[in-house]
Amino acid sequence: MTDEETRALARTLRAHSLRMISSAKTSHIGSCLSLADILAVLYGSVLRVDPKKPDWPDRDRLIVSKGHAAAVTYAAVAEAGFMPIERLGEYARNGGQLYGHVTHAGVPGVEMSSGSLGHGLPVGTGMALTGKREGRPWRVFVLMSDGECDEGSNWEAMMFAAHHKLDNLTIVIDYNKIQSLDFVDKTIGLEPLADKFTAFGWGVREVDGHDVSALRRTLESVPIEPGKPNAIIAHTVKGKGVSWMENKVLWHYRQPAEDELAKALAEVAAS
Amino acid sequence: MRTAFIETLNELADKDPRVCLIVGDLGYSVIEEFASKHPDQFVNAGVAEQNMIGLAVGMALSGKVVFTYSIGNFGTLRCLEQIRNDVCYHRANVKVVAVGGGLAYGNLGVTHHASEDVAIMRALPNMTVVAPGDPIEARLATKAVVALDGPAYLRLGKAGEPVVHADEPDFALGRAITMREGSDLTLIASGSMLATADRIAAQLAEKGLSVRLLSMHTIKPLDREAVIRAATETRFVFTLEEHSIEGGLGGAVAEVMAELDGARAPLKRIGLRPQFNQVVGDQKYLKSQHGLDEEGVMKTIQPIIAGSYRLVG
Repeated sequence: MTDEETRALARTLRAHSLRMISSAKTSHIGSCLSLADILAVLYGSVLRVDPKKPDWPDRDRLIVSKGHAAAVTYAAVAEAGFMPIERLGEYARNGGQLYGHVTHAGVPGVEMSSGSLGHGLPVGTGMALTGKREGRPWRVFVLMSDGECDEGSNWEAMMFAAHHKLDNLTIVIDYNKIQSLDFVDKTIGLEPLADKFTAFGWGVREVDGHDVSALRRTLESVPIEPGKPNAIIAHTVKGKGVSWMENKVLWHYRQPAEDELAKALAEVAAS
Repeated sequence: MRTAFIETLNELADKDPRVCLIVGDLGYSVIEEFASKHPDQFVNAGVAEQNMIGLAVGMALSGKVVFTYSIGNFGTLRCLEQIRNDVCYHRANVKVVAVGGGLAYGNLGVTHHASEDVAIMRALPNMTVVAPGDPIEARLATKAVVALDGPAYLRLGKAGEPVVHADEPDFALGRAITMREGSDLTLIASGSMLATADRIAAQLAEKGLSVRLLSMHTIKPLDREAVIRAATETRFVFTLEEHSIEGGLGGAVAEVMAELDGARAPLKRIGLRPQFNQVVGDQKYLKSQHGLDEEGVMKTIQPIIAGSYRLVG
């Protein structure tokens, strides 16, 4: 996919997310908007998956461990062709199957349900270990939030993955600098984050998480260092694409009202 | 039971490369042969139980049949949410194994007493819960959970438990083994209490009572039919388990019996008082403190049945 096509896909994912969250009156639009470019690059250019065969044994595995970014994840899976776009109307709706946190049951293309943080990386590590031991070609990508790095289970998995030299495992941290109640550096500061990964034995790259060209080059360059798992720290803006949602804790929770939705969609279309 | 388990798992892993074992840095003098014979089917996750369960799920979702192995609470309660969300919700082919069920590690401390694990594992959707009663059942249960496509919890004692079954019984998950047929009273036992129940049954039979003895190795799904028959065909029902009387085998049997229509036998749950132990003791000592030795069990049973049977001499 060209960079221009990827940017167009990201705009589509943002527009879907805004409509879904506004209509269902759920939270986490800021988290969805910060992740949109990363998902667009992954589905547009990086992941080796086949929407016609979601269970293809040698597919790349993508785990969205920041399960609150559910609307944008379902949008990405639908745009990739795993399910009809109309199914996005089931999002957080009574009787549907698209829960407000990422759910695998009844949703082709979603590898794993999440919603409680710190679960995705250990599972992805088990997948990567199996792939490595069996000489399979698949790669594992785990998308995590910055606040999620507070969970100790991630650091258990990071030690394990480095010890077992799982260079087929890549995490992308959506580092938008805001967690649930406040800014990350006012809550449990993560810095120096890159140094932490380096000290844990991981290959590290920092990238602008909204520059699709840089993201693609970085994701395509793994393994960063052969024999080491890969940590890509994607510097992002929470609420990216809608100026008045950017960098605000409020939009971790609020949903756009009808008039706000129209304005937000117009901004995204013009971005 | 531990020995029967690991020997059986070794044999299964010889034949089936899908069978893997992950340990949480425990199993000294137990797991070495498995690890050396099956290096590509073995993982030591280190002292990191949340990651251990996550690894198991990732491997299971990639086609493996994965056993996790740790002591009582470490491999169950420490990583409970991983077992709920990642194992059970995804119906991952993960078999959580705990050694030291009940008070097997008695004098090591309350941290090592697994007294609520069955109740908690039993509450999880999609989970099968098995507490074999002797080494023969441990062997059969290990084979059975490998054949089962989905999550299971296998609760073992330690090493050196007596063999209770004279012959290899017909074993199926979810089906009680009738070890003794009778019509006066029923003893329903799981785990290490099977041996005690077997001896109690023999004593009562000597006194002229017709005793039914059920080995309820599978606590979930419970053999409801066997419980209903016991409650309607015999005059008293007793459950025996080395686990809190709240929510384990006794709780499961009580749930079935409480909802029965019409006349039924009374039920007495015999198990651990739901309290942290206050004094140091080995398994035998602590069990006696809870009335789970033969003498204590008999003391509980006798007054209940005394009105109907003049057996107390």
